[in-house]
Amino acid sequence: MSSTGIQVTSPGLWALAWRRLRRDRVAVACLCIVAVYVALMLGSMLGLVAADWEDEAGVSYARPAFAARLQHRPSTEGAAPAEQRAPAVDLSDIDPLAPRYDEWRQRAGELGVTLQARSETLILGGDQWGRDVLKKTIKGSEVSIMVGLAAALIATLIGTLLGALAGYWGGRLNDLMEWVYNVFTSIPYILLILAFAAVLGRGVTTIIVILGLTGWTGIYRLVRAEYLKHREREYVLAAKAIGVSHAKRMFAHILPNTSHVVLVQFSLLVVAFIKTEVILSYLGLGVPVEVVSWGTILAESQDELVMGKWWQLTVAGAAMAMLVTAVSLLTDAMRDALDPKLR
Amino acid sequence: MGAYLARRLWQIIPTLAGVILLVFILFNWVGGDPALVLAGKVPDPAQIENIRRQLGVDQPWWIQLWIFVQQVFTFDFGRSWSTNQLVSEVLLTRIGPTLTVMVPILLLETLLAVTLALLVAYLRGSLTDRAVMFLTTVAMSISFLVYIIVFQWLLGFKLAWFPVQGWSDDLWTNLTRYAPLPVLLGVLVSVAPSLRLYRSFFLDEIGQDYVRTARAKGLTENRVMLRHVLRNAMIPILTYVGIGLPGLFVGSFLLEIFFSIPGLGREVIESVNRSDFPVIKAITVYLAMLTMLVNLLVDVLYRVADPRVSFK
Repeated sequence: MSSTGIQVTSPGLWALAWRRLRRDRVAVACLCIVAVYVALMLGSMLGLVAADWEDEAGVSYARPAFAARLQHRPSTEGAAPAEQRAPAVDLSDIDPLAPRYDEWRQRAGELGVTLQARSETLILGGDQWGRDVLKKTIKGSEVSIMVGLAAALIATLIGTLLGALAGYWGGRLNDLMEWVYNVFTSIPYILLILAFAAVLGRGVTTIIVILGLTGWTGIYRLVRAEYLKHREREYVLAAKAIGVSHAKRMFAHILPNTSHVVLVQFSLLVVAFIKTEVILSYLGLGVPVEVVSWGTILAESQDELVMGKWWQLTVAGAAMAMLVTAVSLLTDAMRDALDPKLR
Repeated sequence: MGAYLARRLWQIIPTLAGVILLVFILFNWVGGDPALVLAGKVPDPAQIENIRRQLGVDQPWWIQLWIFVQQVFTFDFGRSWSTNQLVSEVLLTRIGPTLTVMVPILLLETLLAVTLALLVAYLRGSLTDRAVMFLTTVAMSISFLVYIIVFQWLLGFKLAWFPVQGWSDDLWTNLTRYAPLPVLLGVLVSVAPSLRLYRSFFLDEIGQDYVRTARAKGLTENRVMLRHVLRNAMIPILTYVGIGLPGLFVGSFLLEIFFSIPGLGREVIESVNRSDFPVIKAITVYLAMLTMLVNLLVDVLYRVADPRVSFK
């Protein structure tokens, strides 16, 4: 019997877990919400949704459509420039650029500028430049969710690999890993992130790397404990007896049995990293200002709130809160579904 | 106990060495040439050479590491690269404001979370319990940033119940005038996760046999909850509070920035923005040391508080 030829015919862990998860109505609803977010994000990446988010479709700070009637705008004061200005003094005889004005005017006229009709209201309001907040938030989800997923993936890979090595081999390797773990956890987490940010700089890739390199400790701890437990189990000993290699025992035999722990930790990390990205971007240490993410949107919205423009804050904050709630509840349900003993 | 302490202190040494090494690698190797940061926008080769010599960056790496180790143990990180203040002075003046905000947050949060969790655990399974659990999930999903922006605007700016921001030199003025709003926000945000956790601790205890026994011998529900359940659940709760203790010294970066509190958190952010490496290095190393010592202290106290735990 070769170790690869075993086919499982009874429903496996995942099939059973999926069956349990489907019975949980809250979990299914959360799964749908997460799916919608991911679909919107992918759509926006491929240019199917919110591709025209940069269009200045409304006036500056266009009010949300549903709130337009609540409060009338005190006539468009900012939009109309003061027309009754004193006539400009004729400077043409001393202005060195005067001879060229006509030429420039002509060339400017050749560039067809089409003035876009700007609407007074947008579905969920407009930002400072009159861009649609709804589309902007969808566009922002691209970076925010991407950072969360990619960073969580890196952290999970590092944590799982180190945890597997430490737990499986034990001995010196374990001591070394424990030392690294102790070093990383003895520095307060946010301080560790900031220390990395100080030397690595800013940018979307950088923030992913920073979060990934600092966030692996929790997952390492749990995976290591799982490996310590599993390496002495009969199925692993049996695999050893028939001459299965170390690498295969580690990753083909034990890893699937720890995957529920990894999955739950992964989704917890996604939530934590989405939240951290927002805060780091606000502090100017995460995503650069010109990149739209939920963090940069919230950073803009602080000043807007003082001016009474509450919609961008509300939309971005709510979009983020909804995703985080859905993922958190889904994680709880997944934990229950994957480990029915835990209840 | 003495042997236990000695062993734990001995174990700190390799970890501390690791922290020093990590910080050294980050700032002296990954961080690039500090002379380029210091020399400004129009660097002059002679000036760069001079700065490199002053900082010792032209030395081989082991000598640089030795300089760094000496700095850690003599508490002398030199001067800040941007403000030219002594780094030790910066640290000592920043710790006060941070604690002024963080200690009230910790005390109020623990008190409130324990009380509410006990109530919710008492009403377990009821509509109130489920509503509170749902509310905390939602509350936890909203970014801290949103809370601060909204409440600073609402309570500070719009209703003017609190000053929008500020800080004075007088502890009492700070506590009564400038700290209340940040403290309120800190408590508001940290109470939800603690409440959930403490509730699970209480529920674990309520399921125990001794609770059934206490009820069976006719104790009132109040006495069962307050005398028996609360006391036993205090052990995991205190452990959890202990884990969070080192966080006191880091403070809340966001609160300090929004409310212009001149604490350690704000200092770190400003140093990161200015690439002021000596300040970040010093804060990182010393807070790591402090974390290790506080963890040790908590372990000892925990073992003193719970006689069932022995020093092994």
